[in-house]
Amino acid sequence: MANARLGRTEQITGWTFIAPALVLLGIFMLYPIFWSLWMSFQVGKGMNFSFGGFANIVRLTKDPVFIRALVNTLTFLVVQVPIMILLALLAAVALNDPKLRFRGFFRTAIFLPCVTSLIAYSTLFKSMFATDGIVNKMLMAIWIIQEPIHWLQDPFWAKVLIIIAITWRWTGYNMVFYLAALQNVDRSIYEAARIDGASGWDQFWQITVPMLKPVILFTTIVSTIGTLQLFDEVNNITQGGPSDSTLTLSLYIYNLTFKFMPSFGYSATVSWVIVLLVAVLSFAQFAIARDRSK
Amino acid sequence: MFNLPHFVARSITYLLLSLAAFVSIFPFFWMVVGATNRSVDIGIGKATFGDQLFVNAANFFATVDAPRIFWNSAFIALVGTVLTLAVSSLAGYGFEMFRSKFRERIFTLMLLLLSIPFAALMVPLFVMISSFKLVGTVAAVVLPGIASIFIIFYFRQATKAFPGELRDAARVDGLNEWQIFFYIYLPTMRSTYAAAIIIVFMANWNNYLWPLIVLNKPEQKTATLVISSLTSSYTPDFGMILFGTILATLPTLIIFFLLQRRFVEGMLGAVK
Repeated sequence: MANARLGRTEQITGWTFIAPALVLLGIFMLYPIFWSLWMSFQVGKGMNFSFGGFANIVRLTKDPVFIRALVNTLTFLVVQVPIMILLALLAAVALNDPKLRFRGFFRTAIFLPCVTSLIAYSTLFKSMFATDGIVNKMLMAIWIIQEPIHWLQDPFWAKVLIIIAITWRWTGYNMVFYLAALQNVDRSIYEAARIDGASGWDQFWQITVPMLKPVILFTTIVSTIGTLQLFDEVNNITQGGPSDSTLTLSLYIYNLTFKFMPSFGYSATVSWVIVLLVAVLSFAQFAIARDRSK
Repeated sequence: MFNLPHFVARSITYLLLSLAAFVSIFPFFWMVVGATNRSVDIGIGKATFGDQLFVNAANFFATVDAPRIFWNSAFIALVGTVLTLAVSSLAGYGFEMFRSKFRERIFTLMLLLLSIPFAALMVPLFVMISSFKLVGTVAAVVLPGIASIFIIFYFRQATKAFPGELRDAARVDGLNEWQIFFYIYLPTMRSTYAAAIIIVFMANWNNYLWPLIVLNKPEQKTATLVISSLTSSYTPDFGMILFGTILATLPTLIIFFLLQRRFVEGMLGAVK
């Protein structure tokens, strides 16, 4: 009896720990989600709504700006996330070696970019990647390029610049997760592999990557979600330009809502495209991970 | 690295790590150098220290109301960090410590919510905040972020490492669950809190899109908003702006270096 009552009281206490978070999530997440779903079926400008059925979805298919934003966003995703994950993994493996010198310095240096504020980051990149800027100067000095690259004016190079910028900022962040996970991998496995004649490269692909799979999956999904929501960098470094070549879905939603004549229903529809993409890609990543483990 | 002699492999590792460190640190060096140069010199890639630091500083303080915007940023980041840690660490602890079948279902649902992008919520949130008459207040900026699913998840993971015997012993001593949380759990989990403080403070201090939407009066704007608006003029004064970015970066850098050791410990604890 006494035990059962203790259990009940404990449960009620437990709820009081969780309740504030649940109430806030309900108000500021669950409710707006349903609201935005409802909104995506509304048409009209400003605050005058009327039910439009699938009108917004039809408009999506005929909207060249939306298509461009979608293609840009997916391009960033497909190119940037794998590069960043691989770089972060390689850095983590190198830094996990206890015999490596200056480990603390390298770790701090590589992590440092993700501590910067967004404005620092975008201002620095804008000034460094100017046509006459320091990056072109350095690349020309070491004979990688002959002519200065028009990073901010050329549609192709502007995309490359955004990819460089995100990779610079977030590789160290992912690396910390891998470093943390690598601490839990038993070193004797590597020794056994070495005795069996496995090269460093083999060890990386046959031992490290499979061992870290849960963490890799976690960081890949978080990075995928982050890239699909890419906004800050493009808004600050390129403003989506030149000629919409770096316009992303999030920036388009922002423009539709706050820059052009407000079109809440349509922008809500665009945002559900992101939700759909996140859902499909996260599911695919889980499925691939499960399949590989068989 | 296949079949290469050991020292060659070693040298390549050091070379690549040095390159990575250079690429990572160079923009910080550029920021400091830039703040001492004229905008024209920055534009043509001058990478040596100049003598314009005080001119740039004076221009910066003449152009923006620095005390106000940094105070706005600091206040929002502090309030946001304290409230987020309070609400989200309590929930993370609760999810791990108190068992009930509903809790697992709610937790799964929450993790699903994590995949909903902010862009999807932006419009309804804005309409909601304006109907509460909160536009232009600190509450408008921080309220939607206080219950952070990521931080709840992080604290739940970290709580798995919290020894149950400690809790049982405290109960025998007659402490109630809240006292256990405040007197036993909080001090024990210092590293976890340190890591969470870095993450949440950085997120709040650097927050851009949402404050841009809900803060509309000039005197409410944060440092991030104001300095970023300087860069979008047609002929931005990069010397002055880089001086401002140093000021805007310092708080997160200081917090990171102060808490760095605990940060790494905290991350280790959470992933285990």
